[in-house]
Amino acid sequence: MGTGITIGQIQKLLGARLLCGETMLGTEVHSACGADLMSDVLAFVKEQSVLLTGLLNLQVVRTAEMMDMKCIVFVRGKVPDEAILTLAEARGIAVMSTDCRMYSACGRLYAAGLVGLE
Amino acid sequence: MSDVVKLHYDVDGDNFMAAGEASSTVKNVLKRLGFGEDLVRRAAICLYEGEINMVIHANGGTIDVSVSPQTIEMVLQDQGGGIPDIEQAMQEGFSTASDRVRDLGFGAGMGLPNMRRYADSLEISSEPGQGTRVTMTLNIAPA
Repeated sequence: MGTGITIGQIQKLLGARLLCGETMLGTEVHSACGADLMSDVLAFVKEQSVLLTGLLNLQVVRTAEMMDMKCIVFVRGKVPDEAILTLAEARGIAVMSTDCRMYSACGRLYAAGLVGLE
Repeated sequence: MSDVVKLHYDVDGDNFMAAGEASSTVKNVLKRLGFGEDLVRRAAICLYEGEINMVIHANGGTIDVSVSPQTIEMVLQDQGGGIPDIEQAMQEGFSTASDRVRDLGFGAGMGLPNMRRYADSLEISSEPGQGTRVTMTLNIAPA
């Protein structure tokens, strides 16, 4: 695992707008994954704390919940609806939206030490 | 914990967005029972993939979970169209899901392989037109 960074640092690195989970900003995370296919996220049981995705529906939050993830980043400026935010809030998952596209968002976080799992 | 804990859920087939509620509840119960994070997550992945399958392929069904001191057993029963060729369905990438389901982030032929990967045993019985029964068992390592 790489060095940990906080969810607040992720927000800054991506110039993202935090949509819920303000109390999570100081939480440190150590690994991330980027996927639009939820079964690809579910294929790895090891802890991955951050999910970057272009997919926008409630099952993104469910998937993050099953995997004990701490933060969801919607890329390409996508903004989730109220139902998604309500569920994420209830599950203690921070949600943010960045204008970065998937590749750039992953690259910025990787360069900052937030690695993926091999 | 000497008692067997039994849970039952009806899974609504009409509402893709509600899929995962049963898995979420079971995950929380398993956490409360004090099982390790890894075991709980494996059980949650298996059940969630199964629940999603039931909703997208079989118009819902039932989930029965029983937790004994030795095992977590999860049985998913549906009345859907059944799986004509189970061996084929187990292959990564094989899918009969619609484009609509794929747009939702599932249906890429990864669900059953994920279930096989994380359950200690996976049994599927199915007859075309008679529905499908999926039994997944996870062993609880002695403390």
